[in-house]
Amino acid sequence: MAKQNKTESWEYAPSLEGTSHIQLKKKYDLFIDGKWVKPTSGKYFSSINPANEELLAEVAHANEADVDLAVKAARKAYNNVWSKMAPLERAKYIYRIARLMQERAREFAVIESLDAGKTIRESRDIDVPLACNHFFYYAGWADKLEYAFPNRKVESLGVAGQIIPWNFPLLMAAWKIAPALATGNTVVLKPAETTSLTALKLAEIIEESGLPAGVVNIVTGYGDTGAAIVNHPDVNKIAFTGSTAVGKIIQKAIAGTTKKSTLELGGKSANIIFDDAPIDQAVEGIVNGIFFNQGHVCCAGSRLFVQENIADKVIRKLKQRMESLYVGNPLDKNTDIGAINSKEQLETINKYIQIGKNEGAEIYQTKCDLPKKGYYCPPTIFTNVAQSNIIAQEEIFGPVLTIQTFRTVDEVIQKANNSPYGLAAGVWTDKGSRIFNLTTKLRAGVVWANTYNKFDPTSPFGGYKESGFGREGGLHGLNAYVKLN
Amino acid sequence: MSRLEILKTYKIYIGGQFPRTESGRYYTPFDKKGKPLANICLSSRKDVRNAVVAARKAFGSWSERSAFNRGQILYRIAEMLEGRRAQFIDELIQQGLTKANAEKEVNLSIDRIVYYAGWCDKFNQVLSSVNPVSSAHFNFSTCEPMGVVGIISEQTSSLIGLVSMLMPAICGGNTAVVLASEKLPLCAVTFAEVLNSSDVPGGVVNILTGSTSEMAPTLASHMDVNALITSQLDDSLKKNLSVAAVDNLKRNYEFTADWSKPESQGLNYISDLQEIKTTWHPIENIGGATSSY
Repeated sequence: MAKQNKTESWEYAPSLEGTSHIQLKKKYDLFIDGKWVKPTSGKYFSSINPANEELLAEVAHANEADVDLAVKAARKAYNNVWSKMAPLERAKYIYRIARLMQERAREFAVIESLDAGKTIRESRDIDVPLACNHFFYYAGWADKLEYAFPNRKVESLGVAGQIIPWNFPLLMAAWKIAPALATGNTVVLKPAETTSLTALKLAEIIEESGLPAGVVNIVTGYGDTGAAIVNHPDVNKIAFTGSTAVGKIIQKAIAGTTKKSTLELGGKSANIIFDDAPIDQAVEGIVNGIFFNQGHVCCAGSRLFVQENIADKVIRKLKQRMESLYVGNPLDKNTDIGAINSKEQLETINKYIQIGKNEGAEIYQTKCDLPKKGYYCPPTIFTNVAQSNIIAQEEIFGPVLTIQTFRTVDEVIQKANNSPYGLAAGVWTDKGSRIFNLTTKLRAGVVWANTYNKFDPTSPFGGYKESGFGREGGLHGLNAYVKLN
Repeated sequence: MSRLEILKTYKIYIGGQFPRTESGRYYTPFDKKGKPLANICLSSRKDVRNAVVAARKAFGSWSERSAFNRGQILYRIAEMLEGRRAQFIDELIQQGLTKANAEKEVNLSIDRIVYYAGWCDKFNQVLSSVNPVSSAHFNFSTCEPMGVVGIISEQTSSLIGLVSMLMPAICGGNTAVVLASEKLPLCAVTFAEVLNSSDVPGGVVNILTGSTSEMAPTLASHMDVNALITSQLDDSLKKNLSVAAVDNLKRNYEFTADWSKPESQGLNYISDLQEIKTTWHPIENIGGATSSY
C-alpha cells in the first residue's frame, strides 16, 4: 500500500442511480391553458442525453401562433382568476406545488441529470431541493406583500414572459415562476431547447396541483420561440436568464415599450485567495467555484487570483485535487464532473481552450479517461495568464479556470473589477476586516467570503454592470414582479 | 448717473470648475416675450465625455464617505439655496413664472433637498436585509450606489425637476452628469454655484447646458455611465436613448412624476439607483458546543 501512488489508486466501483422509477413520455406537447396541445406547426425536436447522445424524448417546437395562444391563456387567467384570488389562496397553490415537487424529488433529479448532463450528486442535493424550497419560500410571501413594501400600494404586472437557460433547468424555472405567482402574475415560460424535460415534468405537477388553467403555460422551443414571447404586445414583463449578448438583444427589442425586464446574464467572477487563507479549504473553494456543474454557472469563479507568495503551493495542491475528480457518467454517484450540456457548448469550450493555448497561456488538464460517447471536457486550468487575454475576459461557461497572481489588496481589487461583468466574487482570507474591505469594494452582486457557489431561496442573487439587472431570491426578488404606487 | 449693472456669464460645471464649453459655441434662449435670456453654453459631446470622466473620478471618494457626512453636505446645499432664494426667484420670473409660483418652486426645492438629506443615513437600513439561509452562513444584502448616473433633466422646469432627479442620486452615493433643461437653463447654472459653495466635492455633480437632442445620445451610450434617468421626454428620443443605453446595460428609468407636487419624492427614487449586494460569510460550527443561555 505504502508504495502505491494514492491519486491513481482512488478507484471506486460504479454506483449508478436507477432510472426505473422515472416516467418520461416519448413525445411532449405544449402546456397551454391547462391542456397539452400539439404545436400548430406540427414540428418536434429531439432532446438527447448529452452523456451518451441517446434520444430521451421528442419536444414540441412552439411558433408565434403557439406563443400567442399561451399569452392569451395567461391573460385570461390573469383577468378572470389569478389577480382576483385571495392572496392566501394563491399561496396555498404555490405551497402545494412545492410539496408535490418534494414528493417526486428523486424523479426530478434523475431526469435533470439525464437531460442536462449534470451529476446526480448535484441535481439530487442542490438543484431539486433548492427548486422545491424556492416555491416554498415564495408561497408565504403571497399574502404578506404589504410588509415587503411598506407605505406602497403593491400591484402585480400581468403576464410575465420568462426565458430560462440550460444550466439549471428546473431551478431556473422555480426562480422565475415562484415569485411571479406569489405576486399575482401569470406566466408563459420557455425552457432552453436542450433541457426542456424537467420544466415539462413541472407542468405535469402544476396540472396535478389544480392550479387554474392558464396561470402557468410552458412553451418549448428555440430562440425563435423566445423572440415571440419578447415581442408579444400583451406581455407585461420579460424575465431572462442567459448570455449577455442575447440579454442585450432582448433589452433593445423592448426599448420604448412599457414592458418591464429583469436580466440575469453572464459573468467572469473573480475568486481571490490571500496568503493567510486556509489553503486546503480554499482549494476546495476553487474546485467548487469553477468545476461545479461542469463550469456551466453564470457566477462561476472562473478568474482565480492567488497572492504571489503562495501561488506555487496553491497551484500544486489544486492540480493534485483535480486529479482526484471523477469525470464521467452523471448518474454515477461518485461522479464529480458530468457531461457538457451540448455538442455546441463543448465546441465553444474547446474553441476557448485553443485560444488560451494560442495566447501563450500554460494549460494543465487532468489525465482522466473520458467516456467514448457523449460530450465531456476534463478539468482545465491555465496559468501564466495576462489580464488582457481573451480567456481571462470572456465567459467560457465550462470547466476552464484562468489563474493570475497579485501582491497587494489594491492591485487585486483593480484586477477583479476590471471586467464588464459584475455578477459574483469570492474572497479567501483569515482576516475579517480584510474580508469586509474586499466585499465592499468588489463591484459584484454576490460576494462569498471563505465559501463559493452557495445559493438559498432567501438570498438575493443578481449582477452589477453587464451581468444584468434585478435580483432573484429573497425579499428583493419580489421587486421584479410588482408595480408600486 | 445710473450705475451700469454687471451681467452674469452663464457657464457650465465640470469637475468643480466653471469652464465655458470646449466648443466655444453658445445659444440664446428667449423668455415668453421674446426677449433673450442670456448667452448660454451650447455644450458639445466632448463636454459630456469630460463630465463623465470627472464624475467617475469623484465616485470613489463620494461613495466611500460616511452616510452621515453625505447627509450633512446635502443639508448644506439646502442652507446655501435658502440664502440665495431671491436670485433663484428672480431667474424663475425671468423665465416666465409668476412671483408666487417662483417662490413656491424655490421653497419646494429647498424642502426637497432637506428631505433627501435626511435619507442619506437611513435608506440603507430600510432597504437592507439579513437573509435566514439554511446553511451555516451569515448572509446579508445591502445597497451600494450604481456609480455614474446620467440625468436628463425634466424640460419644463428650471429648478425643481433638476433638484428632484439629482438629489436621490447623490444622496445614495452616486455621482452625476446632468443635462439642464434646454429652454430654461438659468437656474441649473446658478444651482451649480450653490453646489460649489456647499462642500459638495468637485465632480460629484456636473451640469451641462445645451441641446438635449445633441448631448443626450452621447450620455446614453457612454460605456462608463451606469444609469440613465429621464423625465417626460418625447417618445422618439426616449426610445433612441433606451436603445443606446443597452450597449453597457445601463439601468434606465423614465420618471413620469409631476415634480412640482410636494408628494413627488420618495425612497423609490433612491433605491432605483442602488445595486443590491449580497454577502455570504461562514459561521463557525463546532460540534457539541451549543449555546443554552
